[in-house]
Amino acid sequence: MTAAAVAFDALPEIAQDTIRQAIAGGATDAECTMAEGSEFSANVRMGELETLKEAGSRGAGLRVLIGRRMGSSYTSDLTPEGIRFMVKSAIDLASLTTEDPHASLPDADELGSIGGDLRLFSDDVAGLSTELKIETARRAEAAALAFDPKITKSEGASFDSNIGGRVFANSRGFVGAYRSTYCSVSAVPVATLNGAMERDYWHTVARDFAGLDSPESVGRIAAERAIRRLGAVKMETQRAPVIFEPRVARSLLGNLFDAVEGRSIYREASFLAGKLGEKIADERITLIDDGTIPRLFGTQPFDDEGVPTRRTPVIERGVLKSYLLNTYTARKLGMKTTGNASRGVTGNAGIGHGNFFLEAGEKTPAEILRGVKNGFFVTELIGSGVNTVTGDYSRGAVGIWIRDGELAFPVSEVTIASTLQEMLNGIAEIGSDLEFRGSVSAPTIMIGEMTVAGR
Amino acid sequence: MSFSDSFFAAKFGLSRRDLENYLSDALSRGGDYADLYFEYLATSSISIDESIVKSATQGVSLGVGVRVISGERTGYAYSDDLSPEKIRHAAQVAAMIAAGPAKVEKTALEEGPKRNLYPVLTAPGETAFKERVKLAQRADRAARAYDPRVFQVQVMYADNLRQVLVATSDGNLSYDRQPLARMSVLVLAKDKDGVPQQGHAGGGGRRELEWFQTERTPEYFAGEAARQAIVQLNAVEAPAGEQIVVLGPGWPGVLLHEAVGHGLEADFNRKGVSAFSGRMGQQVASPLCTVVDDGTIGGRRGSLNVDDEGNETQRNVLIENGILRGYLQDKLSSRILGATPTGSGRRESYEHIPMPRMTNTFMLAGESDPDEIVRSVPRGLYCANFAGGQVDITSGNFVFSASESYLIEDGKLTRPVRNATLIGNGPEAMKYVSMVGNDLKLDEGIGVCGKEGQSVPVGVGIPTVRIDRMTVGGTA
Repeated sequence: MTAAAVAFDALPEIAQDTIRQAIAGGATDAECTMAEGSEFSANVRMGELETLKEAGSRGAGLRVLIGRRMGSSYTSDLTPEGIRFMVKSAIDLASLTTEDPHASLPDADELGSIGGDLRLFSDDVAGLSTELKIETARRAEAAALAFDPKITKSEGASFDSNIGGRVFANSRGFVGAYRSTYCSVSAVPVATLNGAMERDYWHTVARDFAGLDSPESVGRIAAERAIRRLGAVKMETQRAPVIFEPRVARSLLGNLFDAVEGRSIYREASFLAGKLGEKIADERITLIDDGTIPRLFGTQPFDDEGVPTRRTPVIERGVLKSYLLNTYTARKLGMKTTGNASRGVTGNAGIGHGNFFLEAGEKTPAEILRGVKNGFFVTELIGSGVNTVTGDYSRGAVGIWIRDGELAFPVSEVTIASTLQEMLNGIAEIGSDLEFRGSVSAPTIMIGEMTVAGR
Repeated sequence: MSFSDSFFAAKFGLSRRDLENYLSDALSRGGDYADLYFEYLATSSISIDESIVKSATQGVSLGVGVRVISGERTGYAYSDDLSPEKIRHAAQVAAMIAAGPAKVEKTALEEGPKRNLYPVLTAPGETAFKERVKLAQRADRAARAYDPRVFQVQVMYADNLRQVLVATSDGNLSYDRQPLARMSVLVLAKDKDGVPQQGHAGGGGRRELEWFQTERTPEYFAGEAARQAIVQLNAVEAPAGEQIVVLGPGWPGVLLHEAVGHGLEADFNRKGVSAFSGRMGQQVASPLCTVVDDGTIGGRRGSLNVDDEGNETQRNVLIENGILRGYLQDKLSSRILGATPTGSGRRESYEHIPMPRMTNTFMLAGESDPDEIVRSVPRGLYCANFAGGQVDITSGNFVFSASESYLIEDGKLTRPVRNATLIGNGPEAMKYVSMVGNDLKLDEGIGVCGKEGQSVPVGVGIPTVRIDRMTVGGTA
């Protein structure tokens, strides 16, 4: 690990030197991003270690402007030759592209980094022994297999960890770097009944090993989830209330993110374009993007253009308050960046979210359930049937049918459909069970009515 | 071309002896099998939006992945630095999966047979950047000229050249040069004060730029995307519930990819977790259905001279007259199952472990006239284009999302229908195929398949097909 640490400390200087080379080569502005990561993954299946993967890699990306013309390039070769080639590639491209009146870097006064320890990095991840990591995965799978005789097979359980570093520098004086870690345990058991199989998964993820849920709880929950899907039936086509458990409610937030990010707004490719300040949802809905909360997975000290991250209320009591913007989309819309620039090593900055979450309501999931006479509790969604332009929503769903306030029997091979507009306005309940797992978090949500299509 | 003239030998000075030594390092702790996958990928892409070039990117990534198999265990490591020390280090890390003395004799590498399914002369990236911009600008102009209701056009043109070298401890040495190019056009149209609708079209393959000037022009893709957006302006809500569904030829072949293809990948069957597990020789589709996966079609997006484990790709029959015939094997699964590899071992990059994957998956043509198929349906849904799909291979449930579809009323296509998801169960759905058209068409070449976090380019195809029962997830 010491070699990698030294190398990481050297990256900001390489990034700044890359900028200097670009300016010397004729660029009027330039920004350089560098990423480093070392990954570890162990998969155990039916009690045996099946795969073990361990490696590290680095990459650099460059964006240059020559006046209002832009070019970008990237490389995995950080030797001086590799960097020189990357600089030349970007400048060659910028001299050939067309002018874009809105292309520019953030203004100097927009640049910066939030202070304080965001606790994104933990030393304990690097120190974990391979044996411990394999054993952790083994324990998760063993708990799943031991949970019930109906768990007959397994796609295995995994332990994954990553130690990453990000560096960003630009020609307006910004340079910043941070490191982060994560580790996770997941299990995918298969349950069998009368020859039919169902699988499900569960996982836990944290910045440090100590923050993980116990591997036994991961295995047990995954097994419970797979078993409760056994014997699923297809329902009659009908209109019914639909409850999204938190794991699937998160995907709904993903759809809303697509509808409020600046690119889809200025292109009018969102049903929320032009709706700023309007009431677009039930007043119980408050949707926040916050990139500043310590330890969480949507947190970083500055965005991928060197702008400090922040807390942005997107929907407040049903009213659309803000879009999520990077510098380019902000200029297109005559607004200010919200610190949501996001990019990998290749290409230009797009838009990403920080910790994107729906504020919790009052009722527990059990209380919400008790109020439903006939409805659908959704535990998994598949397919890509969401159209952000029109709001049309139609996805494959798996879950449990609700009868008289109780989870009654499993359902599969059905779809749920509506429009995002109607779903936002038709929110009937929001649960109190908000929990931050990944970078998108939601409590249980109940939509008053959707079309469930089946037989 | 001999090995010494091949890309990695010429550019990085790799010799056969180097490769043999790295393989020895990989097997130094007693693994049964090892392979090396060297990759050098040069990519370029431009995108035009609002008639402005908004992004122009090019770049290079390179590295080597080392895999060691010991029994059913796999050890994997990679390096983005091709210096001998780094490669040896990766080999030693991967070797750790085994624990014992080396047991494999030193490898002597033999070159496999050569063929070239994609004889691209001017490699992507070698064409002047200006030519690529011109191509994208033509698409932008054509889409805008198609109809005054078109108000946003986004064009992307991306191409890449992947150089690969595979060396295996069972003595195979293969290298390949894999070009890939793709254009896509996204159009938004609206009536005055109306709601915008979008249309999308694109295509490509293992082609050079000239193909886009002669075979499938920017005007073709632009016209197709604009047409779809305009059609959607008058679309009505999709029906909900079980319907007769007719799939049009070409891209709707994504049904086969989801309903059948993934479930036949040997890794899932080795583990016994696919809905198709243990069904070999059984009837899983109507006798009208014969489905193949063929990686050998010249110039196609899913085609490869050799797979990412150094095996030649081939034409694999998955379902023959409705009977399940074959799985798609990679090296690990075929070793464990005692089966012959099918040339289906693929990976996203040197950072990834190969898995059994599809190439170009399609259903062979039948005998029905496509018009007759539509005429036979009193009431149903005709799907011309799809946005993609997904499958749960264990339960067999799959979905795919129609992006262009029409109501069928009294044997005629009537009104266009808004986005609808179709859902079914893999081993069941295709039993309801009652007519298969004589018009097999492969898709235009934009498919990307995702599995366990790895994306690879694929193709699909299907003739016009009537399915008597399928659930449509609309709202009407």
